[in-house]
Amino acid sequence: MNIQQLFSEAQQLSSPKLRDEIVHHLYQRSNQLCQEGVTYSKSKSDTKTEKLDAIFTSPFLGFPIMIVMLGLVFYITIAGANIPSTMLAEFFGWLENYLTAFFTFIHAPDWLHGVLVLGLYRGTTWVISVMLPPMAIFFPTFALLENYGYLPRVAFNMDRIFKKVGAHGKQSLTMAMGFGCNAAAVISTRIIESPRERMLAILTNNFVPCNGRWGTLIVFASLFMAANFTGGLKSLVTTGVIVGLVLFGIIVTFFVSWVLSKTALKGVPTHYTLELPPYRRPKFFDTVIRSSLTKSWAVLVRAVKVAAPAAILTWVVANIYIGDTSILMYMVQFLDPFGQMLGLDGYIMLAFILGLPANEIVLPILLMGYLSTGALTEVDSLVDLKKIFLEQGWTWVTALNMMLFSLLHYPCGTTLINIYKETKSKKWTFLAFLIPTVIAILVTFIIAQTARLLGWI
Amino acid sequence: MTNPIRVALAGNPNTGKSTLFNALTGLRQHTGNWAGKTVSLAEGKVQYKGKTYSFIDLPGTYSLFSNSTDEEVARNYIVFEKPDVTLVVLDATSLERNFNLALQVLEMTTNVIVCINLIDEAEKKGIKINERILTNKLGVPVIKLSARNKVGFDLLLDTIERIANGTIECKPTLMTYSDEIEEQIYKIEPYIRGMIGDRLSSRWVSLRLLDGDEKLLNEINKRLRLEEVKITDEYSTAIL
Repeated sequence: MNIQQLFSEAQQLSSPKLRDEIVHHLYQRSNQLCQEGVTYSKSKSDTKTEKLDAIFTSPFLGFPIMIVMLGLVFYITIAGANIPSTMLAEFFGWLENYLTAFFTFIHAPDWLHGVLVLGLYRGTTWVISVMLPPMAIFFPTFALLENYGYLPRVAFNMDRIFKKVGAHGKQSLTMAMGFGCNAAAVISTRIIESPRERMLAILTNNFVPCNGRWGTLIVFASLFMAANFTGGLKSLVTTGVIVGLVLFGIIVTFFVSWVLSKTALKGVPTHYTLELPPYRRPKFFDTVIRSSLTKSWAVLVRAVKVAAPAAILTWVVANIYIGDTSILMYMVQFLDPFGQMLGLDGYIMLAFILGLPANEIVLPILLMGYLSTGALTEVDSLVDLKKIFLEQGWTWVTALNMMLFSLLHYPCGTTLINIYKETKSKKWTFLAFLIPTVIAILVTFIIAQTARLLGWI
Repeated sequence: MTNPIRVALAGNPNTGKSTLFNALTGLRQHTGNWAGKTVSLAEGKVQYKGKTYSFIDLPGTYSLFSNSTDEEVARNYIVFEKPDVTLVVLDATSLERNFNLALQVLEMTTNVIVCINLIDEAEKKGIKINERILTNKLGVPVIKLSARNKVGFDLLLDTIERIANGTIECKPTLMTYSDEIEEQIYKIEPYIRGMIGDRLSSRWVSLRLLDGDEKLLNEINKRLRLEEVKITDEYSTAIL
């Protein structure tokens, strides 16, 4: 007899209610153990957690509080990052003068100065100045909320909507994970039992911005969306734009889940229990230091690591000429008509294509592309950064569509690899690429055409 | 260089498993106050009194019935990779629910330490836990911990060492089910023991097969194929 036969035999012996009986016995024994070994001197209920839950998960206040919390996190990030960003940019600009002087001193050839200083150094230091301060504020603030126990309440609030669109409530948790990293979130969908609902969570995870995209969103929101405001109001408007973008991403998540659950992934949502852990006072310094140093540093290292070779590559293709046009310009010109249709341009399209390995490098590639052709020699402050974009004919629509495309477009290479590993299906991996791409193109196309038609730009 | 002592950490989500793992190994795996933070395995090594310990952080799960992939990952590690010691981390403030998982682990493997974490929080709430009574009832060491404040670590590491070197022998008290279920187990367990020997707990496998756990069946087929032949050979020689 082999084990397969034994299995069939066991199936004949047992009854369908066996699992219930097993679980019943487990609970009985657990209860018994508690009665024997545990004494409760106060009342069992945790009144603080209950009272807070009544507010945070209330049907009326739950959502407004959620949006306010999200807004607060971004407001602190944006308002706090301004000054350190400018200081960093000034510092790197000051250092660049010395680097250039050094290259002149050793009589280095022009191309070497070009590749290393104007390409590599400038590209990467810009990434550091614009991305490091917001990340160093955003991660710890978010981590404090997370460690306090607020995230499961967010999941609880979202649960009802996910059910309504035919998805699994736990998708709200994997979505929350996506705010950190989509690649990790795709693995985290393992907590969803049903394969159908897990696939929904995988296919839509990309619609929440990850670490690699926060930087891009924050930079363009503060440079373009709040240009006519000053001081505190400016940060407030920027915050509003980012919160709006995040909410839009979540709406797209619901919409795509709903469409898929009515078409390719039909089915009824399964039930599950969502545990709401007690609120715990986070270890403040531990959390702040761990998340700001470790996490910001990790993201930055990744950005610089991928950006450095990309910087050199960009500089090289921008400076090798075929005839009187550089290779970069050939690619840009080829992509430009399509980019224009979406309210973007050839450089932006190229940056997104070359940025497939990691979203962190889209912005640096774009900057390097612009810098390699522009006549701009000195960039000392964030105002100069905006000048680079304005010189390339950017408007608020370009910035908005850039942000939307970043929010909605195909997942990064790592995420796609993880999707393939988790689903073991080329078809679904391709769909995970195709669905967001089509949506990103459609949304930006509609906005660009409407804005042109109505004469807004 | 001897092999490190492998210690797996199992537990419900949000019981501070990852906090304990980080505190023990000095690693910086990200922790969070919500379910599902850890879905794959993380490993970290630490030296203690001249021995190397390798800690493996399993995904946090409510049960080990292989309902979902993370439950399977945790279950497979415990039964097939056979860590030297398995820690089951429980939340002191909701023991009644948490004991479930500990009881399931005790059916699967012998060398288990039940770690009751968040003991500081429990004491604040007026929950008193008598770990001696629980040790007696469960047949394996029960240790109270506070991973956040690093309370109870020395006792834990000593206990791990003494289990690994055989000074402490774990004799988990097995669950007894209704007469009907026990009779079914009694019928098929001998065959199972014949096929898998003492590689897995035959009582536990019997129960899982009765419950129709096909995923486990596939896993056994996949992982024990070679050994099965060998064992059947031995088995038939024994009969001859």
